[in-house]
Amino acid sequence: MTQDVWVIAEHFQGRLNDITRELIGKGRELAQAVAGKLVAVLLGSETKSLISELAAVDAVLVADHPDLREFTAEAHSLALETALKDAPPRLVLMGSTSVGLDLLSLLSARTALPCLDNCTKLEVRDGKLFTTSQIYGGKVFAEVAVAETTTLVAVVPGSFPKSETEAMGRPEVHEIPLPASLPEVRTKFRKLIEPPPGDVDITQSSVLVAVGRGIQNADNLAMAEELAEAMGGAVCASRPVIDQGWLPLTRQVGKSGMTVKPKLYLALGISGAPEHWEGMKNSELIVAVNTDPRAPIFAGAHYGAVVDALDLIPALTEEVRKANMKKAS
Amino acid sequence: MNIAVLTKQVPDLVEGVEIDSTGKAVDPESIRYILSESDDHALEEALLLKERTQARVEVFSLETGEVRDSLCAALAKGADRVVIVATSADAPPSNHTAAKIFASVLQGLSFDLILTGVRAIDDLDGSLGGLLAGYLNLPYVGLVRKVEMADGTSMAVIQKEYPGGFAAELEVKLPAVLGVQAAEQPPRYVPVSRLRQVMKTASLEEKDAAPVEAEIVEVVRMFKPEEGAGAAILSGTPEEVARQMVDLFAERRLVR
Repeated sequence: MTQDVWVIAEHFQGRLNDITRELIGKGRELAQAVAGKLVAVLLGSETKSLISELAAVDAVLVADHPDLREFTAEAHSLALETALKDAPPRLVLMGSTSVGLDLLSLLSARTALPCLDNCTKLEVRDGKLFTTSQIYGGKVFAEVAVAETTTLVAVVPGSFPKSETEAMGRPEVHEIPLPASLPEVRTKFRKLIEPPPGDVDITQSSVLVAVGRGIQNADNLAMAEELAEAMGGAVCASRPVIDQGWLPLTRQVGKSGMTVKPKLYLALGISGAPEHWEGMKNSELIVAVNTDPRAPIFAGAHYGAVVDALDLIPALTEEVRKANMKKAS
Repeated sequence: MNIAVLTKQVPDLVEGVEIDSTGKAVDPESIRYILSESDDHALEEALLLKERTQARVEVFSLETGEVRDSLCAALAKGADRVVIVATSADAPPSNHTAAKIFASVLQGLSFDLILTGVRAIDDLDGSLGGLLAGYLNLPYVGLVRKVEMADGTSMAVIQKEYPGGFAAELEVKLPAVLGVQAAEQPPRYVPVSRLRQVMKTASLEEKDAAPVEAEIVEVVRMFKPEEGAGAAILSGTPEEVARQMVDLFAERRLVR
């Protein structure tokens, strides 16, 4: 095993995802601390143009293969297994994303290498590696001492700042040798499904009234709509509200939903699980309302109130209307 | 067609969780267990497939928490068979261990599809579905929101969620393991009377799992986020809080 740190470069429609730059930034710091090299692993088909965007690493491992054109956990795992056999590194970093999440566990079982998910902190203390993961919806942190063996780690997007790619180096490029046809790939990509059109584009709203489990039932959504209307904003929601079918997928904020950056994000009855936080953390002003004083949303919000959202919404709608009237007169 | 659904119990976060005296695990005494949310969706998707294809649905659950209640609910909803997988461990096992246990239980049984929730709130070492697929050498797709059968029972056409509202349509040769994020419709409810009836008459099968050895991760400590860190708290009645909020919004010209 080398002391190298690998970063799985995630890309979509010809562009590197933010998580890749975040991992390169953190990976550089870790590689220095353990005296290893920082290596980007670029899997795909006809992705050579992305190599120039990976100038901040020491080396790039490339697998350019038709079976890797679109992501399938099986094919990507096979390519990584080949690379790992050759020169296993200290750490393999990937995003805890739609891609990384599938890859992490499949690869871990197939290679018998340990893996960690939901990681938000990585550090080296006295020469030892530690990770911290957010579990129980962000209500508990688990610190883990990383074993002295190649370890796969999936990092929650947004946990680390993006690296500056302007740092121009000339990383060595190595090919991962793969057979012309990958053996036993039983998963095949058919097509990309675009987000459903129509409805409100919540990414364009400067004020978002966001509702979570605390809204309790579909009937209470009307109150949130009234508040949003008074504020000139739109209603969006966390995952549980969407899964109940109370609002369409286009209103979902978080991991597999939208990423939003409004001037105001008013989180009503949302606990603030990491998957949700990921989609709204860059909002200019975050105001959170939850009955649980220990709800993780308060840790990152600018302002908070420990009241029942269902009591607050009508009161707030009335106050906003009063303020609007005053302004108008 | 045979579908296996793997479920587990997780702490109900509404009740809160406390760290135990070792500082390295949650205190089981502080926990009320419920069925993991995405497992509930996996079961729902399996039941939808049963309605469309007359598939047989068997639910396997590790013996943690109030597993009997949720397995009776699964029977009441339409599962054909439920099995409690007994483990010798006191605490809920890691996902690597759970995946090895399920792999040993499922090995040799003939299932076309194995569905489980894509993630649970206590996942620390990857997702159960991906690990199981790795151990059984089956294909795996996670974050699934729709499953349809194609070509008889030899292939499934599935939708996998991508960020930003995108999704991928994939085809996968069966048998395969799928990690379900959300079923095509919200999980169905069971009338209490029906559940009571099932609880009176149901026979819950038990299977002993052989001991397994899996990669484990060493938790050094568990801790809760500091209370009061972060947000400036606005206090008072809902009306008082509302007035303070409107002042904040006005300062930032967020009210018209």
